[in-house]
Amino acid sequence: MIAKHHDLIVSMSCRVMAPFIFLYGIYVITFGHYSPGGGFQGGTILAADVILLRMSLGRKATYKKFPPQMGLILGAIGLLIYGGTGLVTVLAGGNFLDYSYLPFPGLSPSDRRYYGILCVEIGVALGVFGVLLSIFDSLTKEK
Amino acid sequence: MKWLGIALICLFAVFLFYAEGDMAPYGDISSPANLHVSPDYIERSLEETHTPNIVSAVLADYRGYDTFGETTVIFTAGLICFMLLGGWKRDDSQTS
Amino acid sequence: MMFRSLLDQYPYFISTVLLALGIWGMFAKHNLMKKLIGMNIFQVAIILLFVSSSAKFGGTVPTFDTKIGVANPDLYVNPLPHVLMLTAIVVMVSTTGVALAILLLIYRRYHTLDEREILKRMREQ
Repeated sequence: MIAKHHDLIVSMSCRVMAPFIFLYGIYVITFGHYSPGGGFQGGTILAADVILLRMSLGRKATYKKFPPQMGLILGAIGLLIYGGTGLVTVLAGGNFLDYSYLPFPGLSPSDRRYYGILCVEIGVALGVFGVLLSIFDSLTKEK
Repeated sequence: MKWLGIALICLFAVFLFYAEGDMAPYGDISSPANLHVSPDYIERSLEETHTPNIVSAVLADYRGYDTFGETTVIFTAGLICFMLLGGWKRDDSQTS
Repeated sequence: MMFRSLLDQYPYFISTVLLALGIWGMFAKHNLMKKLIGMNIFQVAIILLFVSSSAKFGGTVPTFDTKIGVANPDLYVNPLPHVLMLTAIVVMVSTTGVALAILLLIYRRYHTLDEREILKRMREQ
């Protein structure tokens, strides 16, 4: 159902823009501490980038680089990162998802909460990216 | 039948307008939503988490359990779409 | 009583109008895709209602600003409805995705998306 776009200008422009959109998505994830953004917003931008590539370059070229089996696996890895952070805090002696008990050496408790929020946002971003890509691939799969 | 539907919707909207007369005015500083927990979050989030963005700190630290449930919700939605519409075989990466 | 508060609370009235339009689209239209779009409009109206109730006159974005400081919480907009509505947006995306998958399966089975046609073909089988 999804073939390469018949016009050369459209497919070349999308090819040129795609790495910059990916970089902007990673920027939004990591600057979620300082400006509006965070895990959900950055993950959606990453998924939109890969969907743009699928719609403009066709199925044959993009299925080699971003295989359709990857979507749900990435989603599961993201969810496991989130749950794993919570489990590590329980094993270290605190409550579930209490980031001041994370085992980073030599940092004050509020700095540990900073890095805990960063780990959790990366997990959320991977989860949202994988799941949105997997929903798109399931809906446009040929029988 | 179509006019009955439009009349029901207008009646529902009139009930909602009547109920919204009791809400706080728009932009009020001392509305009940702005009074109980959120001044504490604004005052204490920088020194407790060193994160300038208050929304990210509240979403991932003070209300982190709700965000965990929400990530589970979207993962479950992806699993449902996968199970309804069929899975992938090993050689699907090479089709045209 | 209603008209005295019209100028005080105009964002809530706008979101109520959108809410009513979304609900009308869900039960009055016969095409399944249009019902789905009505559900989306309804959910967006709820998000608008909550986010507009978090505004404060004279407040700024809820990100720490070095020129203002944290001494006075009245100078920052209430961050709590923004957080709750992020969850609501993700739930909206999930339900739209699952509904589209179900619509695809219905179309493959009955070859139509009109609800009266679908009921007729279900009774004939």
